[in-house]
Amino acid sequence: MAVTLRAAALTIITAAAVGAGAWGAVRVLSRPSRGPVAAAPSQARQPDAGRRIKAMLYYVAADGLRLVASERDVVYAEGTSEQAKRIVEALLEPAPEGLASAIPPGTALRGLFIGEQGDAYVDFNGSLRTNHPGGSASEILTVYAIVSALTANLPAITSVQILIEGHEVDTLAGHVDLRRPLPNALQWAEKGTT
Amino acid sequence: MKARVLLAIVSLVAAAAGTVRLDAQAPRAAAPYWVLSADGRRSVTAATVGDQDMLRLDDLASMLQLTVREDRAAKALAVARGTSVVVLSLDQGLASIGGKIFSLSAPPARDGSRWLIPPDAVSRALAPIAGVRMEVRRASRLIVLGDLRVPRITVQQEPGGPPTRVSIDIAPRAAYTIVQEPKRLLIRFDADSLDIGPISAGGGLVESVTAADPLTLAIALAKDFGTFRAAAAPVDTASSRLVIDLTAAGTSPLPGATRPQGPPPAVPAQAPAAPPQAAAAGQPPETPVALPGAETPGVRTIVIDPGHGGDEQGTRGASGVLEKDLVLDVARRLRGVLDSRLGVRVLLTRDDDRIVPHDERASIANNNKADLFISLHANSSPNRSAGGAEVFYLSLDGLGAEARKIVESPDSKPVPLLGGGSRDIDLILWDMAQARHLSESAAFAMFVEEELRRRIEMSPNPVQQAPFRVLVAANMPAVLVEMGFLSNPEQEAQLVSDDFKNRVVQALVDAIVRYRGRVEAQAAGRLP
Repeated sequence: MAVTLRAAALTIITAAAVGAGAWGAVRVLSRPSRGPVAAAPSQARQPDAGRRIKAMLYYVAADGLRLVASERDVVYAEGTSEQAKRIVEALLEPAPEGLASAIPPGTALRGLFIGEQGDAYVDFNGSLRTNHPGGSASEILTVYAIVSALTANLPAITSVQILIEGHEVDTLAGHVDLRRPLPNALQWAEKGTT
Repeated sequence: MKARVLLAIVSLVAAAAGTVRLDAQAPRAAAPYWVLSADGRRSVTAATVGDQDMLRLDDLASMLQLTVREDRAAKALAVARGTSVVVLSLDQGLASIGGKIFSLSAPPARDGSRWLIPPDAVSRALAPIAGVRMEVRRASRLIVLGDLRVPRITVQQEPGGPPTRVSIDIAPRAAYTIVQEPKRLLIRFDADSLDIGPISAGGGLVESVTAADPLTLAIALAKDFGTFRAAAAPVDTASSRLVIDLTAAGTSPLPGATRPQGPPPAVPAQAPAAPPQAAAAGQPPETPVALPGAETPGVRTIVIDPGHGGDEQGTRGASGVLEKDLVLDVARRLRGVLDSRLGVRVLLTRDDDRIVPHDERASIANNNKADLFISLHANSSPNRSAGGAEVFYLSLDGLGAEARKIVESPDSKPVPLLGGGSRDIDLILWDMAQARHLSESAAFAMFVEEELRRRIEMSPNPVQQAPFRVLVAANMPAVLVEMGFLSNPEQEAQLVSDDFKNRVVQALVDAIVRYRGRVEAQAAGRLP
């Protein structure tokens, strides 16, 4: 029964994604630049333009095999769904000094929706897949940088499914099963933060 | 009484045939025969009458729960089990079951108060009424009961060489594993027992051939032994011949030690493109898979899955090495060694450069009832210094509560109750498959890791669990091996070398042999 509900929820969400995705694309295109977080474009539309939260974002650890958490300032937004978008957008920004991003270049957020039972559906443009370097280690880092960023900062989100251009996908690079929402898996992150 | 009528018939036939009764000779004691059954090994007292082996009927009767009654008037023995009766004429080698008369090599003979019968009476007269197959092998003084797999093994060394060639005939066919130890080759047969016949070997690179244990033949190797190549060929429908060529250290390796890279096989695990005779010589003995008793646990079919393919290239090294090409090469090498040395059936999910959907990869393994699934990959990290091999088995992250339930109660067979959506049903069923095999997958992953560690660099995280797509639907123990990082320039150079690839292949072969031992030990109740 749970699966049927999930399928129904996903249908609704995917339908919504078509519209919202277009909105997201326009929004990303209209960004003036990818400057520092303080100059994020969302600032202009947020009533609490100056407010920020602290969020743990995940980057490639020095060994290239694990993620490491780094505390970053993220624009505050009202509601879990909006805040989740700001967190993912922050993750897509260039990595802080000394760390590497696990997200392929050119990746943009198209939309983000939270379904029943805390499943977040995060829709990216095709660059997440086409610019991915491949290899299971890299793929794990990319997937769990996204999953961890949402589940670690937003208790309402318990698992994350990555969509590409509004569609469910098998995998990003041939390894990690993306057909269902993934819960956070702590083994991919090093203990502690930088 | 029916038996009574039969006795009369036999007597009449005997009378009509005239009296060719053998002169009564005193039986002389002889080495016993052994009856091999699922319950073990029991002896049957034997004696020699003239030049004929005779077996004590009482021993066989108690083993098979038969009753024996002598009818002095009819000069016959009636041997019965339930309502089945065989009548043996005491005058000559004739017997009757249900009115059908057949001959035997000798009539029963008396040994004091006991009866002796010729060995062929066991298979022809006693087996039909006992309702069990009984195969008598006079040369080895064995009686094989039921569907027990007891291949007869004869060993012959061909004169001359090099190479030193040892031929091992296996009848009926049986799967085997060849394990190389420092001073010997062990050939372990997948059988219930061995019937070891004449061994004529020694000289060249072979010191001796002996039985190392009830299921293993050991070829003791001379000091200058270097390498070997094994090939199996069916002799006829029932038997096969294993030919092992041994070469001295320092000589060039034998041609065909690894499988040539031919076109994709029409029939999986067939021999490479070659003349028909040579093709037959490279064919693994597949028939044992279909023999009675094949349901017993074992490792008979292995599916190797070279990752990626076609437009889906996988990762790419700095100097341009493509993961999809590298893993296909290693998969073919692995198949070559498994074919020639383990006598198992090996299938590749792709044998050329093409895209194969994940579910199809698993289907190939599931539809062929594979006992192991090994996916081969090469890795990539954003950090160019990251290196080493990693072995993965499935984690259930994201598979949902249904999969976890399976793991918690492995015997349950959940049928998802769904309101609709056949696609979801399919997904659920596929996704359940690997969940049942996680502990065995973990055990195999450990073997792979240990064998790889002996030969190549391992990553700091050598065995891991991940929700890998290709493993989810595999309905057998399954692992994914990342053999090294193409993103690391040093490793990229290593990964393309023959030496590295062969190390990976040897590690996987040894891991498979160890895992097979585990499965067999479990089947024999020696492991939990």
